[in-house]
Amino acid sequence: MSRKSHPHESAALHVSGEASYADDLREAAGTLYAAVGMSESAHANIRSMDLAAVKASAGVVAVLTAKDIPGINDCGPIIKDDPILADGLVQYIGQAVFVVVAESYMQARRAATKAVIDYDELPAVLKPLDAKAAESFVAPPMQLVRGSPQEKLANSPNRNSGTLSVGGQEQFYLEGQISYVIPKEDNQFHVYCSTQHPTEMQHAVAHALKLYFNQVLVETRRMGGGFGGKESQSAIFACLAAICANHLNRPVKLRLDRDDDMMITGKRHCFEYDYDIGFDDDGKILAAKIEMVTRAGYSADLSVPVATRAVCHFDNAYYLSDVDIAAFCAKTNTQSNTAFRGFGGPQGAIAIEYLIDNIARILGKDPLDIRKINYYGKTSRNTTPYGQTVEDNVIHELTAEIEASSDYHQRHSEIQAFNKTSPILKKGLALTPLKFGISFNVVHFNQAGALVHVYVDGSILVNHGGTEMGQGLNTKVAQVVSHVLGVDLGIVRATPTDTSKVANTSATAASTGTDLNGKAAENAALKIRKRLCDLFVERFGGEVDDILFADNNVRNGSHEISFNELVEQAYLERIQLWSDGFYKTPELNWNKDTLTGRPFYYYAYGASVSEVLIDTLTGEWKLLRADLLHDAGNSINPAIDMGQVEGAFIQGMGWLTTEELKWTPKGKLATHAPSTYKIPAVNDCPDDLRVKLFDNKSKFDTIMRSKAVGEPPLLLGFSVFFAIRDAIASVADYTQNPELNAPATPEAILSAITGLQQP
Amino acid sequence: MENNSTSHTKSYASLIHCTRLFRGFEKVNQDNQIGSPNRNIQFLLNNEIVRVSDVEPTKSVLSYLREDRFLTGTKEGCAEGDCGACTVVIAELESEGLSLKSVNACIQFVPTLHGKAVFTVEFLRRQNNGNLHPVQQAMVDKHGSQCGFCTPGFIMSLWCLYNEHQEAKTIPIRSDVRSALTGNLCRCTGYKPILQAADAMFEVAPVTFDNDGLRDKLLALKTESPSTYSHTEGQLHSPTTTAELLQLRADHPEATLLAGGTDVGLWVNKQFRTLSSIIYLGDIPELKSITQNDQYINIAAGVTLSNAYKALAKHYPEMNQMWERFASRPIRNVGTLGGNIANGSPIGDSMPALIAIATRVVLSSVRGQRELLLEDLYLDYMKKDMAADEVVTLIKIPLPLADQAFRCYKLSKRYDSDISAVFTGMAITLDNDLVSDVKIAFGGMAATPKRASHTEQFLLGKSWDEATAKQAMTILKQDYSPMTDMRASDQNRMQSAMNLLYRFYLETRPVNPLTKEMTDVFGEV
Ligand SMILES: Cc1cc2nc3c(=O)[nH]c(=O)nc-3n(C[C@@H](O)[C@@H](O)[C@H](O)COP(=O)(O)OP(=O)(O)OC[C@H]3O[C@@H](n4cnc5c(N)ncnc54)[C@H](O)[C@@H]3O)c2cc1C
Ligand code: FES
Ligand code: FES
Repeated sequence: MSRKSHPHESAALHVSGEASYADDLREAAGTLYAAVGMSESAHANIRSMDLAAVKASAGVVAVLTAKDIPGINDCGPIIKDDPILADGLVQYIGQAVFVVVAESYMQARRAATKAVIDYDELPAVLKPLDAKAAESFVAPPMQLVRGSPQEKLANSPNRNSGTLSVGGQEQFYLEGQISYVIPKEDNQFHVYCSTQHPTEMQHAVAHALKLYFNQVLVETRRMGGGFGGKESQSAIFACLAAICANHLNRPVKLRLDRDDDMMITGKRHCFEYDYDIGFDDDGKILAAKIEMVTRAGYSADLSVPVATRAVCHFDNAYYLSDVDIAAFCAKTNTQSNTAFRGFGGPQGAIAIEYLIDNIARILGKDPLDIRKINYYGKTSRNTTPYGQTVEDNVIHELTAEIEASSDYHQRHSEIQAFNKTSPILKKGLALTPLKFGISFNVVHFNQAGALVHVYVDGSILVNHGGTEMGQGLNTKVAQVVSHVLGVDLGIVRATPTDTSKVANTSATAASTGTDLNGKAAENAALKIRKRLCDLFVERFGGEVDDILFADNNVRNGSHEISFNELVEQAYLERIQLWSDGFYKTPELNWNKDTLTGRPFYYYAYGASVSEVLIDTLTGEWKLLRADLLHDAGNSINPAIDMGQVEGAFIQGMGWLTTEELKWTPKGKLATHAPSTYKIPAVNDCPDDLRVKLFDNKSKFDTIMRSKAVGEPPLLLGFSVFFAIRDAIASVADYTQNPELNAPATPEAILSAITGLQQP
Repeated sequence: MENNSTSHTKSYASLIHCTRLFRGFEKVNQDNQIGSPNRNIQFLLNNEIVRVSDVEPTKSVLSYLREDRFLTGTKEGCAEGDCGACTVVIAELESEGLSLKSVNACIQFVPTLHGKAVFTVEFLRRQNNGNLHPVQQAMVDKHGSQCGFCTPGFIMSLWCLYNEHQEAKTIPIRSDVRSALTGNLCRCTGYKPILQAADAMFEVAPVTFDNDGLRDKLLALKTESPSTYSHTEGQLHSPTTTAELLQLRADHPEATLLAGGTDVGLWVNKQFRTLSSIIYLGDIPELKSITQNDQYINIAAGVTLSNAYKALAKHYPEMNQMWERFASRPIRNVGTLGGNIANGSPIGDSMPALIAIATRVVLSSVRGQRELLLEDLYLDYMKKDMAADEVVTLIKIPLPLADQAFRCYKLSKRYDSDISAVFTGMAITLDNDLVSDVKIAFGGMAATPKRASHTEQFLLGKSWDEATAKQAMTILKQDYSPMTDMRASDQNRMQSAMNLLYRFYLETRPVNPLTKEMTDVFGEV
C-alpha cells in the first residue's frame, strides 16, 4: 500500500494524452487571447507609446496599459518592485509594457509586435559585478561570519584565492506559462493557472483588481513542469489575464509563446565568487572567506531568500570553523531572477566544492581525500556556520558506500593511466557529496492544510495545498491516506489544488511538498480513522489501539469488518466522514538579521561519481558513466524518488555544462528558445547510469520517515563538472588548477585547456 | 469544418492560369463549391477521412489539432521544431511504399497533409480496444512520465519506432532508440526511464499496426484534385511534376517555395511573416528520387534529410555522425537536402560537408537548366546565385574517390539537435605523401559556407606532416574572420577551426594516423 513504487497517479493519462493542462481545458464561449507587448530597451523612460497599429491589427479587441489596472500595479512576491505593466520606466528588454487581447492567439501575438515606443534611454547595468561596483542592489548585502576567519587566513600555512563564475539556468518547464481567467457572477474570477503557488496568485490577482481574496478562485490541476519558475513568476500572467478578463468581462487566456516566456521570466541566479581559503598540509580547511555576487535582475523577486539559501549552503557537507560568507543581490537591467530547483543551495555549495578541488591539486592529493577530512563530524565539528547542529549526518557512510560500489579508486588509477597514453582524448573522474537543508528559510511558510473526504461508497478524495508539477506529490499524498485508512491506493483520488478548498497555502517549493502536505493529509485521515475506531469499539468492543486498518478491512483480534461497511455504518450514525488536517514543521527558528538559527528541520544527503571523456582539441565531452546514491529517507515511493534523483542529476549537469544564457551587448537575452538554449537531450544521458537510494530512515518525525527529494539531488550534477575539470587538469599532469567556469561548454573547456598550456 | 468550402474564393482570376494544371478536376468538384477550382484538403486523421477547406494555408497542424479538433493530447512546447512535445506520426505512400515518420506538428502547414495520414496520441488506445498500447504501457511501467507534458511526443516517436520494428520483426538496438528520440526534450526524467520503456515495449503482447489497411485507405484518397488550395489569407499550390513547378515558379516569382518547412515554418511562427503565395514541393515524385551512375549519387532536391542519410551512409560513413547530429529525427524526416542547400545558411551542416567532396548542384527554370559547384551557389550572406524563377532540382554528389581521405566534424554545445558553432568538411588526396588535392570548407566561420582557399593553396604539393599541419592552421586565419554570437566567440571559433584541421591531420597523416577512438569523444555511429 504505502512505500511502494506505484506509478504516478496520472501516468495512464499522461501516456494517452488525456491528462489535461491549462491549455487543454475546453474553452468557455467567447474566450479571447492575450499577448504581451514587451520593452525593447534595457533601461529607459518611455517618452511616448503609439499603440495605434496594435489596435488596428486584425482581430484585436483591446489594448491595455498600466492605467487600465484597477488595483495595485504590482505582482512582486515580497518587495513591491515588480510592476505588472511598466508605467513610464522600463528596466529590462522583455519587460511587459502593454497587453493586447484578440480573437485568436496568433492575432494577439502578431499585434503585440506592432507598437511604436519612443524610449529615452538611461544607462543600463548588465553585469552583476558592474552592479556591485556601482553599489546597485535590490536589497542590502548580507554577511555571515563565524570565528575569526581573517586571522586564521593570515596564519594558514597554505592559501588559495581567486574567482569563479557560475552561470544561471532557464527552468525550461516543457509547458510554458499560462493563465486562463473566467469572470464569474458578482465580480468573482476563476483563474486556471499553471502555478506552484495558487494562494499567491489569488493574492496578486485580488490586489490587481482591488478585490477581496474570497472573490478570486485559483485552480491548478497540474503543471507541465515548474522547477521554481512558476512559484512567483506565474503571477504577472495571472494578473494580466485577470485584468483583461475584468476589463472586457470575457474569458481571457494568456499563454506564453516559448520565446516570450524566456524573454519575460527570470531564471536561476548566476553567481560570481571571489574566494580566499586557508588550509593545512593535509588539506583541512582552516578558514574560508567568500563573496558571492548574484544577478538578481531588475527587481527583488525571491533573490533575498535565494541568496540566504546560498549562504546557508556554502558549507555543503563540510565543517568550516572560521568563515566569512557575504552575498550581494546585484540589480541588473535583465530579467528578474527567481526560484529554480535548489534555490541558491546549489550555487552556495558548488563554490566550496571548487575550493576543495583546488586544495587537492595544490597539495597533489585526490580531491576525495580532501573532501573526507573536511566532512562534518557526527558528534563534534558539527555546527553549521549559521549555528544549527547537524544531527543526522550520514555522509561518511554514504560516501563509503558509493566509493566502493563505483570502484572509485580502481577507476581513478585506470583513468590516470589512460590519460598518459591518450594524446587527444582525456578522461576525468570525480566524486562529489551533498548535504541539503530541508524547510523554508521563512518559518511561517512551513505550514500546510488538507481535506480528506470519505464518501459513503468508500471512495476517498484528498485535497491539499500543494501542487502537482510532475514530482509525484499527489501520488505520495494519496499513498499516505491509503496507508492510514488501510485501503487500496486506487480508491483514493487527489483533486486539483484549489484556493477555495484549503486556504492560505504555501508555495509547493523548497522540496517540502510531501513533507508538509503529506503530514497534513495524514492528520486529516487520522482524525477520520479515530472516529471510525470509536465506532468499531462501540460495536465490537476491544481497545482502539488494537484496531488495524489494512487490506480494505478494519479488524482487531476478534472482529473484522470491511472498510466500506464500517463507513456506511458511520454515515448512518451521523459520524463526520470528512476532515481537515493541518501541519506545521516543529523546532524551526531563524533570525534573518543575524543569519542564524535552525532554518532546517533536517538534512538530506547524497553523492555521485561521474566519469567523462573530453576532447582537448574542441572541448567537446561525453559522460561515460555516473553512479548516484541518494538519501530519500524511508522512501514513500522509491520509483518516484529515483525519478527525482535521475532527473535532478541530469538537470544539474545541464546547468553546469550545456545550458548557457547569453545577453547581447544591449542587454537582450540572445538564448530565448530551445534552438539556442540547450537543455540535456537523450544522448546526454549515459547508458551506464547507476542509481540507488541510500538505506536510511529519517531521524526526525517526517512523513513516514521519508525525506524530501525534489531539490537535493540537483547537486549530484556537480560530479560531472568536476570530472570535466579533472580531465582538463590531466593535460598539465594535475599540477595546475584549470580555470573552468560553469557552464562548461566546449568553449569554456577549450579555454581552460588553453590557459593551462600557456607557459 | 469538414466539407465546408464557403469562405475562401479569394480571387478567381488569380487562379485561372493554374487551371491547366487541373486534371480530373470535375471529379473532385463534387466536394467543392460549384465552379471553384479549389482543393479540398483531404487526409486521414487517426484513420478517418477529413476534409478541410477553411484554414489559413499556414495554419500549423498542431493548432489545427488542438483548436479545431480538440485533440489536445499533442502539446506545444516551443513552436519551432526543437522540443518534440508536438510530435505526431505522418504516413504517406511513397515510391518505395508506405512510410511512417515522426514529425513536428508545430511547423507543418495543414494543406501539406493532403493525401497523407496523421496519427496522434489519441489513436493508440483505440488500436488496442481502449487499453494502453504496449508503448504506453511500457512508459507507465518504467515510470517514464513525471509532469507528463513531453510524454505524448515521446509516445509518438516510440510508436513510430515500434511499428517500424513490428513490421520488420526486429528489436531496435539502443542507438536506434536514442536516434529516434533525438527530437524529444524531457526536462523532468533525465531520459533513463524512457530509454528503458523503449526496451520494455517489446516485452508485452504486441499490437500490430494495420499497414495494408492504411495503404488501401491512402490509395483511395489519391483522387485527382485541383492543385491549388486557396483561402482569403493566401494560396498554396501543389504541383505534381517538375514542369508544373517551374511554370508556377516563373509565374509567381514572389511565391515562397515550401519543401519540408523546417525553415519556413519558423518564419510564420516566430517572425510572423505572412506568406500569401506558397508553392509546395512535397507532391512531386520526381523531386524525391535518388539515382546513381558511375560518377555521382544524384539526390533530387525534395529528398528528405533522412533519406539522403540512408543513401549516403554506404558511400560516406564519415558523414554518419553529422547526420545523427543534424537537427533531430523528426526534422530530418521532413526537412529536405534541397531545402538546406537552397536556404544556404552560413551555419547549415550539409554544405561544408558536400563542398569538400566537390558536390554539384542543378538549378532549373522554364528557361532551362544549369549546373554549378555547390560552393558557387553562395555569393554573400543569405545571397545566392539563383534567379527568381530558378529552383534547386538536383544535388550531384561524387562517388568517393579511392585515394581521398574525407572527414566532417560538427562542433556544438550539445550532441543532439544543436546548430553548429563550427562545422567543417575536409578532403585530402596524397600522392607519395605529398598533398595532391585538398578541399576544406567551413560553416560558422563566414557569412556563407566557404572554402579555405589560402590554406588549400598552401597545402598543395606539401608533405602532409606535423610542420605543414601546424602552419596550415595559422594560415586558416587568412581565410576566415568569424563572428561572436551566443553559440561561440570569434576567438573560440577560430581556435576550434584550427584544431579541427589538426585533428584532420592526425587522422589522415600517412604515418601512424590516429583512429576515431583516439580522437572522437562520441565514437562510432
Ligand atoms: C529544430 C531544428 C533543428 C535544425 N538543426 C539543423 C542542423 O543541425 N543543421 C542544419 O544544417 N540545419 C538544421 N536545421 C535547419 C534545416 O532543417 C533546414 O535548413 C532544412 O534542411 C531545410 O529544408 P526544408 O525542406 O525543411 O526547407 P523549407 O523550410 O521548406 O525551405 C527552406 C528554404 O529553402 C527554399 N527552398 C526549399 N526547397 C527549395 C528548392 N528545391 N529550390 C529552391 N529553394 C528551395 C525555401 O523557399 C526556403 O527559403 C534545423 C531546423 C530545425 C527546425
Ligand atoms: S512544439 Fe516544440 S517541436 Fe513542436
Ligand atoms: S515528464 Fe516533464 S518534461 Fe518530460
